[in-house]
Amino acid sequence: MSRHTITVNVNGEDITREVDARNLLVHFIREDLDLTGTHIGCDTTSCGACTVLLDGRAVKSCTVFAVQANGRSVETIEALAADGNLHPLQEGFWEKHGLQCGYCTPGMIMSAKHLLEENPDPTEEEIRWGISGNLCRCTGYNKIVEAIQYAAEQQKEAEA
Amino acid sequence: MIPGPFDYHSPATLDEAVALLGQNGDAKILAGGQSLIPAMRFRLALPEILIDINGIAGLDGIAEAGDKLVIGGLTRESALEVSDLVQQKYPLLADTARVIADPLVRNLATVGGNLAHADPANDHPATMLAYDAEVVARGPNGERVIAIDEFFTGLFETSLGSNEILTEVRIPQPSAGSGGAYVKLERKVGDYAISAIAVQLTLDGDAVSAARIGLTNVSPVPIRSPGAEQALIGSSPTDEVLEATGQAAAAECDPSADLRGSVEYKRDLTRVLTKRAVARAVERAKGGSA
Repeated sequence: MSRHTITVNVNGEDITREVDARNLLVHFIREDLDLTGTHIGCDTTSCGACTVLLDGRAVKSCTVFAVQANGRSVETIEALAADGNLHPLQEGFWEKHGLQCGYCTPGMIMSAKHLLEENPDPTEEEIRWGISGNLCRCTGYNKIVEAIQYAAEQQKEAEA
Repeated sequence: MIPGPFDYHSPATLDEAVALLGQNGDAKILAGGQSLIPAMRFRLALPEILIDINGIAGLDGIAEAGDKLVIGGLTRESALEVSDLVQQKYPLLADTARVIADPLVRNLATVGGNLAHADPANDHPATMLAYDAEVVARGPNGERVIAIDEFFTGLFETSLGSNEILTEVRIPQPSAGSGGAYVKLERKVGDYAISAIAVQLTLDGDAVSAARIGLTNVSPVPIRSPGAEQALIGSSPTDEVLEATGQAAAAECDPSADLRGSVEYKRDLTRVLTKRAVARAVERAKGGSA
């Protein structure tokens, strides 16, 4: 099996590591980089708990090989809070009780981040559509939708 | 779940990729990876060599050329979703792209991979059958064009040679008075279809002058329903004609019972969904948008 030296920009920092070809991106993030905010849920490309942004697009990091991220950028949940301040999405999940057990939350937030970057003012239906690749078994989704709406409002106000 | 061991290659050109395919060993093309990587994690697929084509320039894109819509094999499903050209002129394709897996998967999954994987549960096969599309393959002896009717040869099997790469899909531009629709029933977002129907037809006055109907996940190989097409062609799409079309599709499909339903249920669902898809395609044909 081949091994490869890869350089990946993770949360703004270029990181070089050696990986086995078969290492999945999610394992690279969690085990090689100790960034355990990205969760492993189903391991079957179903649940979206492992969602990260790869070159700005939300993808399931359990379904990408780490070697494929060579020369690209990866953003994980750890990148969101800045200078001790929560990101508007994190604040939204806090304010609107967008989580119960919290397992799906990092993936949910990364999907929502991509959604709001593409569509800063989504309708409720567009939000539900945007997070339809992320499973939550606790909330029934209503509070998650409210959390994302809250973040969209905050971001709009910040820009106004 | 960790995939089995393999050697990874990331060629910069198609020629290099084709040469790598010609090496000894069981080699697989890695495009979006959204079917292949799960299969590798389950150890259902154990390729010895993985050839990642994501670094090859010029394999993606959506543009009309001549009388065809040309879609690069590496084009992501999400690109179809946001393409104005696809949304306005190719509603059958637009319908299809929206219901493949989920938005996260569609950010990586490719049109070429969806076809080359030849899973009868995948959505593009029925759609491309309905469009009468062509597939372009690149091998050591250059390029060849394969008619979609000749492409699917078995369960997960295509007429692609072991050293050929699917580089392009070409869809004929719909003529005036054409319309299409894809209607899928799935248990939840991200699941495969229980049954899904792709219809592309042309109206001449009130009568259907041409129609092709593809079926998803109700046979071991992606298929058309010639009986359903014949029931429709030459007739006005009245309720009776729609019912006959649906019944023909139900008779010609060959579903298996599984956790999505019994054979009887899937057959009847195919009848109902065929009627709905034809009705929507007719509506669009009349509305002037192809």
